Amino acid sequence: MGMTIAEKIIALAAGVPEVKAGDIHTVNLDRMMSNDGTTHLTVDMYHNKLKNPRIADTKKMVFIVDHNVPSDSPKTAASQKKMREFAKEHNIDFWEGKGVCHQIMMEHYVCPGELIFGADSHTCTYGALGAFGTGVGCTDLLYGMVTGTSWVLVPETVKFNLVGKLPEGVYPRDLMLTIIGETGANGCNYQVMEFTGEGAHNLSVNDRMVLCNLAVEAGAKSAIFEADEVALEYLKARGREPKAVFSSDPDAVYAREYTFDLSRIQPVAARPDFVDDVVPAKEVSGVRIDEAFLGSCNNGRIDDLRVGAAILKGRKVSDHVRFLVVPASQEVYLQALEEGLIQTFMESGAIVMNPNCSVCWGSCQGVIGENEVLISTGTRNFKGRAGHPSSKVYLGSAATVAASAVKGEICTADML
Amino acid sequence: MGQTIIEKIISHNVGRPVKPGDIVTANVDRVMLDDIMIPFIVDKFKEMGFPKVWDPDKVVLIYDHLVPASQQDDTRHFKIGDAFVEEYGIRNIHRSDGICHQLMTEAGYVKPGDVVFGTDSHTTTYGCVGAFSTGIGYTEMAAILGTGTLWVKVPETIKVVIEGNLPDGVMSKDMILRLIGDLGADGATYRALEFTGSAVEQMTVASRMTMANMAIEAGAKCAVFTPDEKTAEYCGIELDEFQKSLVGDKDAVYLKTMTYRAEELVPVMACPSQVDKIRNVSDLAGTKIDQVFIGSCTNGRLEDLQAAAKVLEGKKVAPFVKLIVTPASRKVYEDAIACGAIRTLVEAGAIVTHPGCGLCCGRTGGILSDGERVVATNNRNFLGRMGTSRVEIYLASPATAAACAIAGEIVAAKR
Amino acid sequence: MEQFTGKVWVLGDDIDTDIIIPTDYLALKTIEDMKKYGFSPLRPELAAQIGDGDIIVAGKNFGCGSSREQAPEVVKALGIKCIIAKSFARIFFRNSINNGLLLIEQPDLYDDMKEGDSITVTLGQDVEYNGKKYPIASLPENLLEIINAGGLVKAMRSRNGLE
Repeated sequence: MGMTIAEKIIALAAGVPEVKAGDIHTVNLDRMMSNDGTTHLTVDMYHNKLKNPRIADTKKMVFIVDHNVPSDSPKTAASQKKMREFAKEHNIDFWEGKGVCHQIMMEHYVCPGELIFGADSHTCTYGALGAFGTGVGCTDLLYGMVTGTSWVLVPETVKFNLVGKLPEGVYPRDLMLTIIGETGANGCNYQVMEFTGEGAHNLSVNDRMVLCNLAVEAGAKSAIFEADEVALEYLKARGREPKAVFSSDPDAVYAREYTFDLSRIQPVAARPDFVDDVVPAKEVSGVRIDEAFLGSCNNGRIDDLRVGAAILKGRKVSDHVRFLVVPASQEVYLQALEEGLIQTFMESGAIVMNPNCSVCWGSCQGVIGENEVLISTGTRNFKGRAGHPSSKVYLGSAATVAASAVKGEICTADML
Repeated sequence: MGQTIIEKIISHNVGRPVKPGDIVTANVDRVMLDDIMIPFIVDKFKEMGFPKVWDPDKVVLIYDHLVPASQQDDTRHFKIGDAFVEEYGIRNIHRSDGICHQLMTEAGYVKPGDVVFGTDSHTTTYGCVGAFSTGIGYTEMAAILGTGTLWVKVPETIKVVIEGNLPDGVMSKDMILRLIGDLGADGATYRALEFTGSAVEQMTVASRMTMANMAIEAGAKCAVFTPDEKTAEYCGIELDEFQKSLVGDKDAVYLKTMTYRAEELVPVMACPSQVDKIRNVSDLAGTKIDQVFIGSCTNGRLEDLQAAAKVLEGKKVAPFVKLIVTPASRKVYEDAIACGAIRTLVEAGAIVTHPGCGLCCGRTGGILSDGERVVATNNRNFLGRMGTSRVEIYLASPATAAACAIAGEIVAAKR
Repeated sequence: MEQFTGKVWVLGDDIDTDIIIPTDYLALKTIEDMKKYGFSPLRPELAAQIGDGDIIVAGKNFGCGSSREQAPEVVKALGIKCIIAKSFARIFFRNSINNGLLLIEQPDLYDDMKEGDSITVTLGQDVEYNGKKYPIASLPENLLEIINAGGLVKAMRSRNGLE
């Protein structure tokens, strides 16, 4: 019987010729990523819950400090110190202040065909390169760390046929929010979202990251694209080789299929406090905002900064808006510097911050206060996610966020 | 009888000759209000019952300590500030442009000979352009907002003469730290510092700012430099007769005079946890560090970033060491991009944050934990200022700080 | 002449404003919210131990550092009646006067003082401790005016015809 890409990756990692949805397999993990959100807890368990612990393969481990950078309290500083010392002691790759973890992973580690665990829900991002990435808790990560293995329940795959091209002024983020609006926040629970069709092949790796990254907001375990020429070129440019390049078999079994015509997508926004409460962005236009955020592992890449800067060029951020611009990594920052985008943002009155999770994570850089409203390119708009429990978060594309920052209220770029 | 610079400024302000010890009512030329204090200023101002602000154009409100907001209640300060400027017709407001003390001179709010008060102790900074400026509390600020005046006691002046040329790798930060070490943390309490000599004449206004900024760390009420051509250019003005007269008279009476030879100065640090605990960097060499901070109203200017970039060019920050760079203002950030310093710093591994007070005010920007050690270019190394009371803070120049970031331990910048 | 007796807490030289109230707590809404963090970097337990009418005796340069007026307000809110130190930093001094917190300079008391003992202060005259009298000066006239008015806010209120 045919297999999907996800099934083939799991079969390879399990060392078996074939798997099918619902099977449980022990797999060898290719890589594990842990960030400063939880690593200190994993380290504590490593020291306190295990007898004579040992890391199976330190080369498979990556530690990334990105959530609170630079640190904002003695407590986070202590957590990060624990992480830093553990990485130093065990010779684990360690990144601090260099970018949001998933961006760093894509820039430096992820290869097609790999099975990767990350102690962060948006680990599903790695499907953009044809890898199976999924988020786990720190207990699972600890087990993987000391054994090099884990178990997985082979998920069903849901197929998303993408046809056509996005219209001018409409972005992959609008597409993915539209998809989540359609499936619902738990529409793909435990499943893999596979994006395919010529519409998928037409997307850049950065675009694919936007789609895969948000898959968890539809409840998905992972999301995946076939590692086609576009993906392999991205990889080659970075001097990496695929582990395995898979495509789904014609007779692979899918739980469901959807088809989205990209040419019919329009700018959308997710309303507070649910990612799947998606409406045309114009429907929420006029909502006064206090802060706008362009950044995150979802939408802080060079493409997004280009879109934002094009709108800000020659314009000023509204007096009563704090417009946070946070490149997803130092690599993105340097590219933006090269292209003059950082200068444009600075001239417009934006607050350009060092790469970090910022207000998407809501714990330090740029939190919002009582009853404040944020429009964001972040991943989530849950209640209180960006600060005070009474605050509200709308999600929109980079274009919508930048235009809203100028106007001082939610609007789409064509409304400026 | 001759006068010191500060005596001339106050005499001019009150319209009659003054001498140290006189208590006078000064007419305020400009006030600076910051985001931390604004809720308290507004409360006191309203409680005092003034119907209006005496002169809204003389008021400058700057958000810097809380940008970006790190706690949920921080943005409340912005709301209160925004409402206040709206209600009283204040137009000079900066919401994310950098540190207050940098902006006050950079944006042209302070001119030579002005009398300026701010709700922050480092208001002494504006002496770099020959103004009398000092920090006050929020109650006095509220009273000024209503009356435009404040009583001051005319301070005695300590004259500091620095002659010669600073050696390579020695910055004005090393000079002011040395002076604070010699004076002690209370050695200039209630006094004015007046800087003069050929080394001072050669200094940029930015270097003078570093020194005026830290005068408070010796307890001084203010510090002042004679305005010269560099000052005029920096302020974008022609000096008038009064401003040109702001030179300490030969027969002026000084409490004491301290004289330094610039050539004899070496890179120094203030050791934990007192600003006057000064040691030569060479005596501290080899001390392991966890973090370096380059920024603040003391040393976050273009020349500071350039000095750091020069040291870091083509080098990398030591593994497991963090280098955090926080430009003092939006303009500094933009200028540092234009000259390539930002690129050099980021390529070396620095974390460049948005302009603001950052780590110096201890709310975010790189807070540390027990047992960690930081080399920082700011003005204070007080216990608990950057995290727990078991964090060790060493204050240094940007050149020294950059060298330490590469080495991962305390070391002087190579000449 | 006003006279009062209080239990003494002894602090050292250069007690800075970051020790009195760290920056991290400066944006709390009220002084009442802040006061439990008073002196926390140096002596985290102290704020809870200080009682109404207690007195702080310290060395030189008390209150050095920032212009934060929260510092004297927190000290006052903790119940401290007055601070007797070898010397005070100037901004802290002005802020204290403006809030009606009494500061007294006395060069010798600190060297003899033992924490937990009581002292008796006679304003404008002396401090009595262990049978020994330590002379203290009166405040200058312009400061007395502010204190007599009940602080700067009240002085301004009466100027504006509100008191």
